[in-house]
Amino acid sequence: MAEITYRDALNQALAEEMDRDESVFLLGEEVAEYDGAYKVSRGLLERFGERRVVDTPISELGFTGLAVGAAMVGLRPVVEFMTFNFSLLALDQVINNAAKMGSMSGGQVTSPIVLRGPSGAAFQLGSQHSQSCEAWYLHTPGLKVVAPGTPADAKGLLKTAIRDNDPVVVMESELLYNLKGEVPEGEEFLIPLGVADLKREGGDVSIITHGQMIHVALRAAEQLAKKGVEADVLDLRSLRPLDVESILESVGKTNRAVCLEEGWSYGGVGSQVVSVLMEEAFDDLDAPVLRVTQADVPMPYNKKLEAWSKPSVSRLVEACEKVCYV
Amino acid sequence: MLQRSSVEQELEREGSVNKPTMTTKTSALSKEELIELLKQMLLYRRFEEKAGESYAIGKIGGFCHLHIGQEAVAAGCITPLKKDDYVIGTYREHTQALAKGVPPEAVMAELYGKAAGTSGGLGGSMHIFGTDVGFMGGHGIVGGQLAVALGIAWGIHYRGGDQVCVCFLGDAAVNQGAFHESLNMAAIWNLPVIYAVENNDFGMGTKFSRVSKTAMSQKSASHGVPARVIDGQNVMSTYADFGEVVEEVRKGAGPQFVDVQCYRFKGHSMSDPVSGTYRSKKEVEDKTENADPIKILCDHMFDSGLLSPEELQEMDGEAREVVKRAAEFAEAAPEPDIKSLYENVYSEANPNGRLFFDGRVI
Repeated sequence: MAEITYRDALNQALAEEMDRDESVFLLGEEVAEYDGAYKVSRGLLERFGERRVVDTPISELGFTGLAVGAAMVGLRPVVEFMTFNFSLLALDQVINNAAKMGSMSGGQVTSPIVLRGPSGAAFQLGSQHSQSCEAWYLHTPGLKVVAPGTPADAKGLLKTAIRDNDPVVVMESELLYNLKGEVPEGEEFLIPLGVADLKREGGDVSIITHGQMIHVALRAAEQLAKKGVEADVLDLRSLRPLDVESILESVGKTNRAVCLEEGWSYGGVGSQVVSVLMEEAFDDLDAPVLRVTQADVPMPYNKKLEAWSKPSVSRLVEACEKVCYV
Repeated sequence: MLQRSSVEQELEREGSVNKPTMTTKTSALSKEELIELLKQMLLYRRFEEKAGESYAIGKIGGFCHLHIGQEAVAAGCITPLKKDDYVIGTYREHTQALAKGVPPEAVMAELYGKAAGTSGGLGGSMHIFGTDVGFMGGHGIVGGQLAVALGIAWGIHYRGGDQVCVCFLGDAAVNQGAFHESLNMAAIWNLPVIYAVENNDFGMGTKFSRVSKTAMSQKSASHGVPARVIDGQNVMSTYADFGEVVEEVRKGAGPQFVDVQCYRFKGHSMSDPVSGTYRSKKEVEDKTENADPIKILCDHMFDSGLLSPEELQEMDGEAREVVKRAAEFAEAAPEPDIKSLYENVYSEANPNGRLFFDGRVI
């Protein structure tokens, strides 16, 4: 198995799927001549030409709408947002069009579109460039949302998303693009949507998380282990569809859960997980479920304040100890 | 007739920058073409009248935007198209769907919210689709369909087809960002899309001149998209002029912007006033009397000896009969099953994980 970066894993997924299916094309700002703002699309212009790797103007609403229309006539667009912060300009096309087209046309059209790019904070990018956008999209029936946290998951989930017949939002992370990991080879390496992955097995507490936060969770789990607390780290990978069975299985074993996410707490991913646990695992719980999230504020620029605002290993360790009553 | 003088004045105001062309070639139309246009417009008028009646007695709910007064736009702009050409519209789209070939009974059943409707009753008046005949939907967000039209045209371009995409928009939509983003990209990639503004001069109850410093025909200039002004009340002009645009685009002329000047005889929607604070009763009466597209065509055909009052009566009777049958069909059609609620939200049931969280069991 080759060890490659998260960035190259995404690049391979795009190249393989474009090679496999002529109806797949990539569009977005700087994706072609510039090789992508984060170099995810490096080499694709040379390989597939400007018909299939398309530099767009800075017009998020317009090019996302282009994807909706192209999908209506049988193409499979992959839209790159330079970051998901900018995707907010295109929300009308995603929420009012892509997500509803199937239902409001009585199934006459589908929207096999991938909307991908980095989401979440990096380092000191300030309030408009540091948002975790999962919750904006999760809320809407008609959309699917995935958030890979490793190179293998990035490749397998993106390939599946491109083949999926519904709009799939693929949230990457700027902080992960250089992360290396083993990625299975072969064009048919696909990870199904709606299947979580237990990244670490423990018996005492379930840390339920996704995306870049799995690495915070794994570090916290190591610290907890030194204190005699063994944590399950359940990587949801897919946020809608949500692997409810795996959540229930883990919590059924540990009887304690902490939800960790990079975004805000109010109406976040953890809120939904907590709701599922209340409704379907109430009798399994030995402690209230806690959430560790970003502070409920626009992300500050100052380094110290930014670090304080982000969910951290120490906050997570503290929350896990609290639900374990240690 | 449309007040030509006001159009001309508008052109003069604009100066020479991207001066739109205006052509009127009506004499070339054959009797058969004229009869077809008349039959179409009679169908649209009777259909919309019936929709209005059904709305008034609660058979149709929600918002319902009638096209009465603007029939020449649907007939004149869509009749020149081929079956595999695309049309995408706004929420005032019932007659455009009919014009592209969506069956009247399926459209009426959709208005009635029935399972036999174009979207199984889940779309409603603003979301009529007939993709098998290239009708890509009625869209409810002002300007939203402009970006989608760009993508449909991209699809044609991507596959090297010779179809065109006609995107209808209301005059108010030119103030949306989507309008400018769409025109710009269509222009840089030379896409086969025609932006047809149904310029009835009012965005709901706001006159265009109150929300735009520049004239409609200047709106596409900064994107390098050629503009034309055409008469949308005289269907002979609309058909001839728009048909010419369609053929140019089919031959590779790239995106075009057409200011189709028309007038809405009814309120913005069924729940809005026909006149009042935003336009006078007299103005509407004048237009209804002097700019009725059906009357304009009939007068021309009577004068040219191409139509007799008896023939007109017979054609109108046929249109009324089609509409009557459509309404009876819609009335008798079953309600959608509750299960249909979840059927097309996602294109296929996901084999893994949960997609719906409402906890409802059906």
